Amino acid sequence: MSDLTTLTITDALKGLESKDFSAVELTQAHIDAMATAKNLNAYITETPEIALEQAKASDARRAGGGAKLLDGIPLAIKDLFCTRGVQTTAASKILEGFVPTYESTVTSNLFEDGAVMLGKTNMDEFAMGSANTTSHFGNVINPWTREGDDTPLVPGGSSGGSAAAVAARIAMGATGTDTGGSIRQPASLTGIVGIKPTYGRCSRWGAVAFASSLDHPGSFGRTVEDAALILQSMSGHDPKDATSAKQDVPDFAAAASGYIKGMKIGIPDEYRIDGMPEEIEKLWQQGIEWIKEAGAEPVKISLPHTKYALPAYYIIAPAEASSNLSRYDGVRYGLRVEGESLDDMYALTRAEGFGDEVKRRIMIGTYVLSAGYYDAYYIKAQKVRRVILNDFVEAFKQCDAILTPTAPSSAFAIGENEDDPIKMYLNDVFTVTGNLAGLPGISIPGGVDAQGLPLGLQITGRVWDEETVIKIAANIERAANFTALPQTLAKAAA
Amino acid sequence: MSEIDLATAKKIANLSRLKMDDAELDTRAASLTGIIKWVEQLQEVDTDNIEPLANVVNTELVLRKDEVTDGGYADKVLKNAPEETQDFFVVPKVVE
Repeated sequence: MSDLTTLTITDALKGLESKDFSAVELTQAHIDAMATAKNLNAYITETPEIALEQAKASDARRAGGGAKLLDGIPLAIKDLFCTRGVQTTAASKILEGFVPTYESTVTSNLFEDGAVMLGKTNMDEFAMGSANTTSHFGNVINPWTREGDDTPLVPGGSSGGSAAAVAARIAMGATGTDTGGSIRQPASLTGIVGIKPTYGRCSRWGAVAFASSLDHPGSFGRTVEDAALILQSMSGHDPKDATSAKQDVPDFAAAASGYIKGMKIGIPDEYRIDGMPEEIEKLWQQGIEWIKEAGAEPVKISLPHTKYALPAYYIIAPAEASSNLSRYDGVRYGLRVEGESLDDMYALTRAEGFGDEVKRRIMIGTYVLSAGYYDAYYIKAQKVRRVILNDFVEAFKQCDAILTPTAPSSAFAIGENEDDPIKMYLNDVFTVTGNLAGLPGISIPGGVDAQGLPLGLQITGRVWDEETVIKIAANIERAANFTALPQTLAKAAA
Repeated sequence: MSEIDLATAKKIANLSRLKMDDAELDTRAASLTGIIKWVEQLQEVDTDNIEPLANVVNTELVLRKDEVTDGGYADKVLKNAPEETQDFFVVPKVVE
């Protein structure tokens, strides 16, 4: 681990500006680090040639005085974002070898701002999972392990490769997508910061679709300011996405130095669930103390329908997925398995190309949308979705943002929670409400549990108010002073 | 209505265009039944007079002039096709 890979993005930008090092040196340091961390399986496709070319161009821009927001910063891109000329798989066999002829809006925005792409990160297949164990390209390993125990742990999911890469210092930041918690939960399990903005803030154009009304592109960083900076670059109106909002993009990174004195922070009782480890409850109480010390006031609020968010999600998300994934038919791109007829070709291609969890969700979605069940399941779930949104509308009459734990557990071993799909789904119990309501949310590391594993705290804010979320997160970040390192890095640094 | 039997699983697999043998359908039926039973707790929620929420975006749909703004690059569109010929996708024969 070289010094350059331990820098924050903010410090790296200062170093580049004062010519302490070049973008090529910064990028090369990360490419070297990637070579020593292959065991994590964080990347599906590494793109060192592209990265060095981009870094060279960045150095030239900076020399000419035209450096942009993220100029020369090496980032990892979740393999759900289409990248022109670079394989994009969504971690599925059905898209293996797919090379887009176009660039997603989010990656276009990042490249426009000078970002460097180190590679495409591993993830759960089609972003369906909470442990990064459903990828066609193998499991991602969390750089964190339990004290005195080498058992490989999951990084969370679905953006597990992005989270592991940032935590392991083999990327300075990363993009992710969050449909039920897929940025915030892995951020919590790997001890980094993850932001899911308001629905419509980042364009979904060119991002492989899972559940369109719930999919949110967002960012990872090792500090609140870093994650905010990346998000700022990714954001903005895009006419190519009909749900992209015409909203000005504030200076998110500047919000990280803001104060929260006098703010009211909601604490919902309903996020205290059965079987939640005591340490998470303790960290939550600690978080409340931290915001009090920063001058904010905790207020008790109620989100009475929280427990129905997950079952509503597991109707709506599979329903949208079953429609979105109907495009994988062996005709236009991806895998084709020949059959006796067109229909046979479809069914054989999809049986061969999709993994177990993806098939499960397509089938749930098809069932809840089928004749006779549509009203009882799908429409009912959409009504419950509104009830959950209304809970938040009521709560935000009393508070400016909401503080909760991010996930109900720390990182677990590969294979744990696999015996029953519902057990795995429960990982998203605290995050999924934010997707149903489209609200901005962030996870920040608050501390470690008795096994030395990171635990995250989550801030959820009002629609379009990422700035408040970032402010509160940055205040907690300063108070928590989270300096723990994944065991492998701690050893290298010692 | 929450029990998904083999026949229902077969029907869903067909609608989903997923080839499965009976052994797999059997396992799938049990797993789907578990999930469907779990989501049925939504029936406890009083949703009388509640409008379904399809999407949190409440902006109006954007209209534009009906004119060609993009296209003319069949080679790019076909670049990832498993099989193509003369600017067309090729599919198995569907008309005798």
